[in-house]
Amino acid sequence: MKKKQKIAQRHKISFKLNSKDVSCDVKASAVLMDVIRDVLELKGTKPGCREGECGACTVLINGSPINSCLFLAINAEGKKITTIEGLTKEDGSLDIVQHELVQHGAVQCGFCTSGMAMSIKGLMNQHEKSNRGAGKNKKGQPSREEIKKHLEGNLCRCTGYVKIIDATEKLFVKEK
Amino acid sequence: MKKELRVIGKPVPKHDAGIRVTGKAVYGHDIVLPGMLHGAILRTEHPAAEFTIDVSQARKLPGVVCVITADDVDVNNIGYKRDHPILKKGEANCTRDEIAAVAADTKAIAQEALKLIKVKYKVRKGVYDPFEALNEKSPQINKFISGKFPNKNIAEVFHYEHGHLEEEKKKSAVTVTRRFSLPRMTHTCMGTSNITASFNKTDGKLLLYSSTQVPFLYQRDMAHALKMNPSDIRVIQPVIGGGFGSKLDMHPFEPICALLSIKTGRPVQILYSREEEFIASPTRQPMIIDLTAGADEKGNFTFREINIIKDNGAYTSWGATTPFVIMQAFSSLYKVRACKFDATAVYTNNVFAGSFRGYGNPQATFALERIIDLLADELKMDKAAIRLLNANEKGEITGQGLHFETCGHKECLETVIEKAKGKRQKHVASGAEPAKVENPRFKNGIGYASMLHVGGGAKIYRSDGCGTTSKIDPYGYCTIITGSNEIGQGSETVLAMIASEELGIELKKIKVINTDTDVKPWDVGVHASRTSFVAGNSLLGAIRILKDKLNKKASELLQTNDPEFEYSDNKIISEKTKTTIALDKVVREMHFSEPNELAIASFFYEPSSKFQDKDFKGNVSGTYAFASQAIEVEVDTYTGNVKVLDIYVAQDVGKVLNPLLLAGQIEGGILQGVGYALTEELLMHEGKILNPNFHNYKILTASDIPNIHFYPIETNDKQGPYGAKGVGEAPLIPTAAAISNAVCDALGVEFLELPMTPERVLKAIHENK
Ligand code: FES
Ligand code: FES
Repeated sequence: MKKKQKIAQRHKISFKLNSKDVSCDVKASAVLMDVIRDVLELKGTKPGCREGECGACTVLINGSPINSCLFLAINAEGKKITTIEGLTKEDGSLDIVQHELVQHGAVQCGFCTSGMAMSIKGLMNQHEKSNRGAGKNKKGQPSREEIKKHLEGNLCRCTGYVKIIDATEKLFVKEK
Repeated sequence: MKKELRVIGKPVPKHDAGIRVTGKAVYGHDIVLPGMLHGAILRTEHPAAEFTIDVSQARKLPGVVCVITADDVDVNNIGYKRDHPILKKGEANCTRDEIAAVAADTKAIAQEALKLIKVKYKVRKGVYDPFEALNEKSPQINKFISGKFPNKNIAEVFHYEHGHLEEEKKKSAVTVTRRFSLPRMTHTCMGTSNITASFNKTDGKLLLYSSTQVPFLYQRDMAHALKMNPSDIRVIQPVIGGGFGSKLDMHPFEPICALLSIKTGRPVQILYSREEEFIASPTRQPMIIDLTAGADEKGNFTFREINIIKDNGAYTSWGATTPFVIMQAFSSLYKVRACKFDATAVYTNNVFAGSFRGYGNPQATFALERIIDLLADELKMDKAAIRLLNANEKGEITGQGLHFETCGHKECLETVIEKAKGKRQKHVASGAEPAKVENPRFKNGIGYASMLHVGGGAKIYRSDGCGTTSKIDPYGYCTIITGSNEIGQGSETVLAMIASEELGIELKKIKVINTDTDVKPWDVGVHASRTSFVAGNSLLGAIRILKDKLNKKASELLQTNDPEFEYSDNKIISEKTKTTIALDKVVREMHFSEPNELAIASFFYEPSSKFQDKDFKGNVSGTYAFASQAIEVEVDTYTGNVKVLDIYVAQDVGKVLNPLLLAGQIEGGILQGVGYALTEELLMHEGKILNPNFHNYKILTASDIPNIHFYPIETNDKQGPYGAKGVGEAPLIPTAAAISNAVCDALGVEFLELPMTPERVLKAIHENK
C-alpha cells in the first residue's frame, strides 16, 4: 500500500481493549495513555505526570500493570489491555477491587483511584498465576509489606494509603 | 427530644465514590467541548529580567488561532493585593511569570507556537533573600503596590499583642530564644491545574469549568480581572483532583484562558503538565521565625515574643494572610500570659506562596512545640508534664479573645501520652539516664506536639456563611442544593447523611447539587476546615423549615396535632397516635391540594463568629479544634534516615459524623505532615526551581507509612451540627513538630529547620559530637 510520507509514519494497531477488538492508526511515538484517552475516548485512565512517576495511568497489559504514559501504543499490538472501564462489570456492578476500595473509604479525590485499582488487580492476577497448578505449595496471601511494596509506584496525595492497603489486604482474605 | 442517631456516626462510604472508582468521574482533564482549542503559556526564562517580545512567527504557524501578550489585553491586576499583572509587560520578576499565551487546534501546535515566540532578555540581578530585600539599597520588586509601608519591599505586616510582656519576662525563670526556618512545600495534587473557558460572543457570557475551591469569590475576582459583570460569569466545578488549599487563589492561567476564549469565541482549555504544576502552582509559605519564650520555675508559660519574616515572592496571594492563623497558635495554644507577635511579608524574586492545608499553622506549631521542649530541658522538666500543665481548658477566653466553649486539649494530650507510654523518652531532662541502647546504629525517640485551629469556619471575609436549598420531589427523593463544594474531602457525603438522618430518607435517594454558581446559593468556599460545620448547619436550617411545612400537612392528613413527628423509613410517624403516612404522599398532597406548595425550603447560615478588630482580637471562629500527637521515630545514625514508627493522634472533633471519612482525613493529613517533616522541599536557586518532578521532590509512598493510632475525642460543641467541629486541616499541623521533637529526643541534637533529610540528620549528629 502506498501512502504519502506523513501518513506512512502512522501505524495501524489492533488489540483487545476491555475484551473488545479495537484497531486504530497511531504515530510511532504515541503513548498508550493518549491513545486510550484521546483516540478511544476512555477517560478513566488518568494523566498524573506523564513521566512514569505517579501510577495514575496504570492499565493492565495481559493482566500485568504498566504505566500507560510510558508504554508505546505500537507495542500494544495483539495484546489484551484492561482499563478501569473494563474492570467494572458489563452490567455496571463493581469489580471486587472497586467494591473494597469504596467500602474501606479508600477513595477521596479519586484521581489516583483508577491506577490504584488496576495496580491492585495486577497483584491479584500475579498471585493467582503463581498459584495456578501449584497444588499444595500455594502461596499464602501477600503480607502487608508486600502489598505496600507493590503499591509504591502509585502515588496518592489524599488518603495516606492506609485505607487502600486495608482494602487490598481484605481482598486476599476474601480470595482464600 | 433526644433520640438515637441512625445515620450520623456510622461508617458510610463516600456518596460519590461509585463514579470515582469506575473512572466515570469527569475531571477538568476529561472535558472536551465542540471546537475546543488548546491553550499554552510562555513563561519567562529568567526570574529577574527586562524583555521585549515578538510573537509574529507564532501567529503565522498553521493551526494557531490566537496569540496574546500584555499588549493585546485590557485587564486589571489580580491577587490578594491586586499587585499581580495577568500577563507581564516588559519586566519579569519571578520564574513563573506569564509573558505570552497561545490557543491552537492541538496541544502539539500550541507547544510548537511557544517555541516560535522570540524574547530578548536583559537579565538583572534578582533579590532572592528576604533580608536582602529589606536592605534600603535593594531595588523595588513589585511596582504595583500602594507603598503604605516604610520599606518598599514590604507586602504586608501584622502586629498583635496581649499581656504585659516586660513584666512577664522578669517573672520568667527560664527564657529560650531560637530562629526556625521552614521550607517551601508544594501541594502536588494528583490532578494538575486545569481550566476550560467558553465565551459566547453573542450574549457576552463566560462559562468556566474551573477547579477553584471558592467559586463565588472566584467569580468576583475573575470579573474584576476581565472588567466584566460577575453575573455574566458562570463557574462550573468539574470533579477536582485534590485541593489542600491550592485552589483558594485565582492564578494567572485562569484569566489567561478566559481571555483566549474571549478573543477567539471558542472554548479553550489549559492543562498544566506535572513540571508546570511544580513550577507554577502555589507553595506553603517559607518563613524565618524568631521566637523567644519563657516559663516560670513551675513551668507555667509566661510570654512569647515572635518575629516572622515571610518570603512573599514577587506577588501577593492569600498566603500573605497566614499570620492571621499563625498568631492564634502563638497567642492561644497552651495558656500564655503575654504575647507579642510581628510578621512581615517581604517581596523577593522567588515564587510566591499560596494557601496550603493548615494555613501557616504547621510552621507556627513547629517553632512553638520545639521551643516548649527546649524550655522543659532548661527546667529539667518532663516534656509531657509541661504540656499538661499549660494545656488549654474549656471555658477559657484567651488573651486574643478566642472563646473555647468546648476544649479537648487536655484530653487529647492525656490520651496520646497514655497510649504512647512505654515508648520512653531517651533524653529525659530530669537527670534520668538514657535507656540502654542495644544497637548503637539505631536510636529511638519520642516527641509530643499539639495544635489549635479554627473549627467552625473563620471570618476572614465579610461573610463566612453558606446557603442551602433543599427539596423533596413527589417520589420521595431529596435534593440538596448547597453553596459548599466537594474537593475530595467528603462534604457531599456528610450533607447527604444529615438529610438522611433528619428526613428518614435512605441515602441512595439523596442527591447533592453543588457545582454551579448559576444554580447554587452563595458560600464563601472551602477553607478553614469549615464545610461540615457551616454547610451542615445551613442544611439543618433548611430542613427545619421544610419539616415545618411537612408537619403541618401531616397533622392534617393524620388528624393529630403532634408538635413533632418522627421521620423514618421514608415515612412520617405520629408518636401520639402511632399512625404513619408515606413521606412522598405528604409531599404530593401539599402540592396538589391546600396549601398548593412544593416541599422546598432555603436557608442561609452565618456563623456567630466575629470579624476581628484591627488589633486582631475577638472570637474569630464558631468553635475551635484541638489535637495532640505523640510520635515515635527510629533514626539510623549511619545513614541519617528517619523512620516514623508509631503516631498516636487524639483529636477533638466535637462529634464523629462519619468515622470512615474522618479516618481518611486524619491519615491523609498525617502523611502530608510526615512529608513536610522529612522529605518535601521545593529547592530553589536564584529564583529557579531545581526539582520540578516527583523523582526529585519526594512525596511519601505506601511503603513509608507509619502505624497510625487514632483516638477521636468528642466534646459535643453545641454550635456544630450534632456537636461536630471542623477536622480537615488539623491532622497535619502538629505532625512535623512532633517528629522533630522525637528526632531531637533520639539523638540529643537540636533541629531548627525542616525537612529533616538524611544529610541534615547526619550533619546534626556530626556537629553534636
Ligand atoms: S501519568 Fe503515567 S506514571 Fe504518572
Ligand atoms: S484519592 Fe486523591 S490522590 Fe488518591
